[in-house]
Amino acid sequence: MHEYSIVLALIEQCEKHAAQHQANSVKRVSIKVGVLSGVEPELLKSAFDTFKLDGICCDAKLEMHVQPLVLHCLDCDIKQEVTEYNILCPDCRGNNTKVLDGEDMYLMQLEVGPKDEDMIKANNVA
Amino acid sequence: MCKDCGCSLTRSENGHHHHDDIHSNPQLNDAKTLSVIHKILDKNDIEAQHNRNHFEKSGVTAFNLMSSPGSGKTALLEHLHEHSPLNYAVIEGDLETSRDADRLKAKGIDAFQIQTGSACHLDAFMVHSALHNIDLKPLDICFIENVGNLVCPASYDVGAHKNIVLVSIPEGDDKVEKYPVMFRRADLVIISKCDLLPHFDFDIEDTKLHILRLNPDADILEVSIKSPESLQAVSHWLVENRFDSKQATDTTEAAQKSEVN
Repeated sequence: MHEYSIVLALIEQCEKHAAQHQANSVKRVSIKVGVLSGVEPELLKSAFDTFKLDGICCDAKLEMHVQPLVLHCLDCDIKQEVTEYNILCPDCRGNNTKVLDGEDMYLMQLEVGPKDEDMIKANNVA
Repeated sequence: MCKDCGCSLTRSENGHHHHDDIHSNPQLNDAKTLSVIHKILDKNDIEAQHNRNHFEKSGVTAFNLMSSPGSGKTALLEHLHEHSPLNYAVIEGDLETSRDADRLKAKGIDAFQIQTGSACHLDAFMVHSALHNIDLKPLDICFIENVGNLVCPASYDVGAHKNIVLVSIPEGDDKVEKYPVMFRRADLVIISKCDLLPHFDFDIEDTKLHILRLNPDADILEVSIKSPESLQAVSHWLVENRFDSKQATDTTEAAQKSEVN
């Protein structure tokens, strides 16, 4: 269940970015989770929905892209997505490959803004 | 600089440049989309590098030992010192008790126990605090014996130079396929408790094949603590895989330079 500690790290990053941009709410958090990152996407989602409630991310929607494994076969010189959880080239079955994607977790995009009540206030003033 | 241990890695977050086009704006009025592309465990990874630099300054190579509970991590460390010229200490991770550290200390091996409470893995911050309790000076190697778990520890860089993953004969030969992330991260896979092979249907050749499909560069050793030769082979691998101090000096110098700048 290390998904909880990963979510805490994610929320901390969101808070930092929001602070840097003088924003006081986070509307959307977009992440990329590799199939071989060792994280279960569904658990990550429920952990996010639990931990976000305390802070600036409380209204944030989590968008998750589950990234398949992408291999570059150095013998065939082909880059492609694979479905098996190993690093053999699907064409030549050789192991002279490089993993290009699918092993990490990234925060990709963040939509930040004022709190909803601040926005209403701003609109009223206008 | 780290105030606790005096190691030289700066903690500043260099390299994260953002478009500071709204600096003049004290309060954001409109929603704004930020493209960040940032590793989620970035903070842990920075701390892990800090630990690695700390090990290297003392000329110590760190190995992260991972496996399911009961695969023989502690038993390996208890017996290895009888067959190895290497001086080592152990940072132990367990949810509760200091039994593992006590077992090692009883054999004259310096050990420090981290009790993680309910955390299923060690992270770089826990290892950092443990490092303040280990004297690295007399050591060649520091083992970080992770919490017994084939899932969570694989996601965390703790600052070791290499990962060693154990799979024991009684666990069954399907573990590599079931837990691909862990075996993908291994630099060395130790098939432990090999003296039990006659009693279990464990297909070693098939297991090796699966390991190499995930991880063609992994080394594989068959080990039993009852076989001195197999422990000598582990010791030999450790010697061969100590970090290159020449390279480490270069990175330390680079780190010092960047600190000065």
